[in-house]
Amino acid sequence: MQFLKLVLRNALRHRLRTVLTLLGLVVAILSFGLLQTVVSAWYAGAEGAAPTRLVTRNAISLVFALPLSYRDQIRAVDGVRAVSHATWFAGIYQDPKNFFPQFAIEPRTYLAMYPEYLVAPQEFAAFLRDRKGAIIGRKIAGTYHLKVGDVLPLRGTIYPGTWEFTVRTIYDGVDAKTDTSQMFFHWEYLNETMKKRSRSHADQVGVYVVDVADADRVAEVSHAVDALFKNSLAETLTETERAFQIGFVKQTEALVVAIQIVSYIVIVIILAVMANTMAMTARERLAEYATLKVLGFSPVYIAALILGESVAIAAIGAAIGIALTFPVSDWFAAQVGTLFPVFKVSGETVILQVLCALGVGVVAAIAPGRRAATVKIAEGLRAIR
Amino acid sequence: MVNEATAPLPLIDIRNLAKSYRRGGQIVPVLTDITLEVRAGDFLGLMGPSGSGKSTLLNLIAGIDKPDAGQILFDGVDITRLSETELADWRAGTVGFIFQFYNLIPVLTAFENVELPLTLTRLTRRERREHVEAALALVGLSDRMPHYPSELSGGQQQRVAIARAIIADPRLIVADEPTGDLDRHSAEEVLKLMDRLSTDLGKTIVMVTHDRRAADQAHAIMYLDKGELSTAVDVHERSLR
Repeated sequence: MQFLKLVLRNALRHRLRTVLTLLGLVVAILSFGLLQTVVSAWYAGAEGAAPTRLVTRNAISLVFALPLSYRDQIRAVDGVRAVSHATWFAGIYQDPKNFFPQFAIEPRTYLAMYPEYLVAPQEFAAFLRDRKGAIIGRKIAGTYHLKVGDVLPLRGTIYPGTWEFTVRTIYDGVDAKTDTSQMFFHWEYLNETMKKRSRSHADQVGVYVVDVADADRVAEVSHAVDALFKNSLAETLTETERAFQIGFVKQTEALVVAIQIVSYIVIVIILAVMANTMAMTARERLAEYATLKVLGFSPVYIAALILGESVAIAAIGAAIGIALTFPVSDWFAAQVGTLFPVFKVSGETVILQVLCALGVGVVAAIAPGRRAATVKIAEGLRAIR
Repeated sequence: MVNEATAPLPLIDIRNLAKSYRRGGQIVPVLTDITLEVRAGDFLGLMGPSGSGKSTLLNLIAGIDKPDAGQILFDGVDITRLSETELADWRAGTVGFIFQFYNLIPVLTAFENVELPLTLTRLTRRERREHVEAALALVGLSDRMPHYPSELSGGQQQRVAIARAIIADPRLIVADEPTGDLDRHSAEEVLKLMDRLSTDLGKTIVMVTHDRRAADQAHAIMYLDKGELSTAVDVHERSLR
């Protein structure tokens, strides 16, 4: 009881110093949490990938399309349950900064493979009837204030011209980790238009999505698909959806690594600040610690007093920082719109924040704690005034 | 202070004590061949110029520093041979400390400061409270229990420190310039209190002081100069002369 009383009263002894240190800790823990959430958001696509879904793309590059004729050949591979396809559209909605992914798909087969996208049956039926219909995710609808029935014009970049779509349904995610920042429309519409405008771009698809019946046969099916098109004009590369998504992330991996490093540098900086605070504190109280030793308190007790104070300050800073991470990350997500499909503070991030704060508290107390515990009593008493 | 064949065994028996410090690569002797006896119930004043080794000798007697050579026998036990842990336990149970600058813990109240040494004992909370109240009553500060050191005068703080020094009922009280930071009136109060500790409670006191008036309160005075003790003066005998 006496120990806790001493720890807490010592922690609040220099209010301004404690408040400033706490402020630093709060900012550091909050920044760390936000940066870690950015990193998690980067990998959100890979996290949401199903283990039985494969993606088959052109082996040379994703930029090159694949013939539509591959669909039936892939479907015939042993172990394949279903095949669909998606084509990257890259249209601009009003302004280039209003980015969200758009895919031309074969709706029935594609959505059957993605049960995590939830659509109202009646609206989906309406979408199927409308050649220019579009399905948009809830996040897009929220960000750009779109609703069912609204016209959604896109300016094509890969496929030139203005393309007008009508929002027919808005899909929700099965959970908070599901990406609801995508738009889907009929590949048929794209293909028919391209037949008129540019014959060479017709009957082409971006990637095939392959649903494998047995997760244990994913590698086998993947090899079988690629073997089918070996030495053809468009050789394929088939990989799991997760590997496919990570491949995207790897293109910007240096940025992700930089963010990771910065997040830990923030922690190192606050560690230095905290260590300095605790060193000053311990130096000022050297005579008190010597007095406690004179009275019979052990060096371990003295070190524990400093450790307790340091950890108490770190814990308070962490609690406030973590509490603020949630509203601030929501605000941040609203500001960046659909740039990050999923931007949620994860449990792992909170655990990391707690561990970092505890680490800061403990490490900052090591040197001053050791000094106070080992200083000779006579020397400590001379430090008075 | 004087060896007599009929006298009882000394409480503190210091033999050939030596202590030196290393300063800038040089060894500076502080105490050389100190031999001294203090009987139970004695009130000894140690005087001498600055740097004469008074506080060093006090620290050695109190077990907060170790000598380079010699023995300090306390009730027959050589405390120079005790380990740090044993010494800490010995101090907690045997020695009460009074410092020039009181050395109270600023974040604890007068009550909590006095209670501090008792938290190392097995006493219950209620027993501790009774002891602390009695000690603070003895030093005349019953009405200042909830006050923090910053809310007390220098004299009051030193009385709280005295209450803390006696709370564990130590056999020996060491005081390092106990009136050095006090005005004349407060110093007199503190000295009266120390005299009561010696005469009424029979505590053995060793006090370092520069203050002649404070030294006069002691039963005997010893002078320390350049690390050597000079003849003891028995204050009472001197006053009779």
